[in-house]
Amino acid sequence: MVFKHHFTRPDLNIIFDLIPPQSAVLDLGCGEGSLLHKLIREKQVQGHGVELSDESVFECVAKGVPVVHSDLNEGLDDYPDAAFDYVVLSQTLQQVARPDRILPEMLRVGRTGIISFINFGYWRVRGSLFFRGKMPKSKALPFEWYDTPNIHLSTISDFRRLCSSKGIQIIRQINIVHHKQGRLLPNILPNLFTELAVFVIKSR
Amino acid sequence: MKSRTTEIQVAKQFFTFAEPPHEMALESGEKLGPVTLAYETLGTLNDSRSNAILICHALSGDSHVAGYYSETDRKPGWWDFMIGPGRSIDTDKYFIICSNIIAGCQGSTGPSSLLPSGDRHYNLSFPVVTVADMVRAQAALLDHLGIEKLLCVMGGSMGGMQALEWMVEYPHRVASAIPHATTSRLNAQGIAFHEVGRQAIYADPLWRKGDYLEFGQAPGQGLAVARMLAHITYLSEESMRQKFGRRLRQKERYGYDFSLDFEVESYLRYQGEAFVQRFDANSYLYITKAIDYFDLKRDYGSLEEAFSRVTAQVLVFSFNSDWLFPTYQNQEIVRALKVHRKAVSFVEFNSPYGHDSFLIENPQQEKLVADFIAHVYDQQSRS
Repeated sequence: MVFKHHFTRPDLNIIFDLIPPQSAVLDLGCGEGSLLHKLIREKQVQGHGVELSDESVFECVAKGVPVVHSDLNEGLDDYPDAAFDYVVLSQTLQQVARPDRILPEMLRVGRTGIISFINFGYWRVRGSLFFRGKMPKSKALPFEWYDTPNIHLSTISDFRRLCSSKGIQIIRQINIVHHKQGRLLPNILPNLFTELAVFVIKSR
Repeated sequence: MKSRTTEIQVAKQFFTFAEPPHEMALESGEKLGPVTLAYETLGTLNDSRSNAILICHALSGDSHVAGYYSETDRKPGWWDFMIGPGRSIDTDKYFIICSNIIAGCQGSTGPSSLLPSGDRHYNLSFPVVTVADMVRAQAALLDHLGIEKLLCVMGGSMGGMQALEWMVEYPHRVASAIPHATTSRLNAQGIAFHEVGRQAIYADPLWRKGDYLEFGQAPGQGLAVARMLAHITYLSEESMRQKFGRRLRQKERYGYDFSLDFEVESYLRYQGEAFVQRFDANSYLYITKAIDYFDLKRDYGSLEEAFSRVTAQVLVFSFNSDWLFPTYQNQEIVRALKVHRKAVSFVEFNSPYGHDSFLIENPQQEKLVADFIAHVYDQQSRS
């Protein structure tokens, strides 16, 4: 079945496609619940969200997306083991206090994890630091270094290393550049030519 | 915006059931009958009877949840800002029911009611009732009104306990529930405050072991002290500081004579006196006991077990300044529901007003409740 994609964020379109109908999905840092809302409506997914911003939580409730107002940094202790088929962490990894702890937690409460993040190894990002000597800013990274909520930016290589040190298996890696799934260069040298990556992970 | 011309007029109604020999069996094993419930309704029940919302009141509340009794009535019901035409709980769209709990003193059968024989009041011969009993009586009222399934049941504080009880005991009768500023079991501090309040009543010589109605003089002093104490627990240090600070009452300097010095003293005395005018001391004893006894964990072994049968969509909210029913206790409810992957949402509001926050106008709360119910209503209407 082909679903129309409405998300402006390309990683959300990819994540939407990755999740099969009728799955149980936990979206960590779900924002205003647009991914879950679409998954619930079009794929009859059993969706739950966690979100820190109260304004975003209100939006979720208005959409009928079950959401809990809480801080991911306090952990996922509330959820039993293997409660979900998929646990999603889309462009949120860089904001959590301990990415090394959240990944195993995701795979404890869910069978499969889906993670997307901005690749700090992308050549434009590197260029900004290299040529201008300033912390990079872009549409995806709009903040100044001193007020950014993105406290744990990383590269694809960094992420892969973290996964292997935690015994986490990478099932799929989807490289995105210019809002599209990357073909040639991003797949040959993803750490240099990928702007945004989506990873599907499982426990080993 | 909320001009009186758009206000709804309501009337207190009564429903009597459990006529002997078909008395109501109480959780304690005792029997009670006949039982009368005072209730009020707003809005219109639709043809499919799918738009009914039950509001459960807290300790000192009553059936007068919204609207006015007459055109000259000065004060509306206790949750009027939430309920009315175009408001959060829209009377143009929903049918709203609120009944005084059993053991109450605002029209429902309680310790101040006359015994069936009519020669004296129940007083302390009234059986101790529980939150489960209150809910069972409400279920009888819904049967009487021809409502099989509630669109939503909601309440704060003890009202939230009733909403939880509804979710657990009548899963097929509730499409959604909004327990808020509440707990599945009162903590030791809460029980302690209740006990001090009860002791204040017992200590009043006019209480006469509960038989004061036979003597025509109520233990006003004891009940007023109980209310003053309780009222402090409903506020927060911050809200008391903001509202009163150390301001003196109509004087420039201290009296040095134990007369009224501070504004906060005057306020509490007023709260105590006003409460005595409208509340029965024995009802206060019974209701605080019912709250103390409420413990879903004890009833079901665990909260998770209690919630395993819940089918309602649930919204829980708490207030960060509420130290009587703190956020963590509300989160325990959410956590136990999450274990079963129940459709539960949770919000903690920032509010300085302590436990009473849910009774104070708050656009965020109004919107949250409106959106949640609207979604459930649309879903139910479609299916």
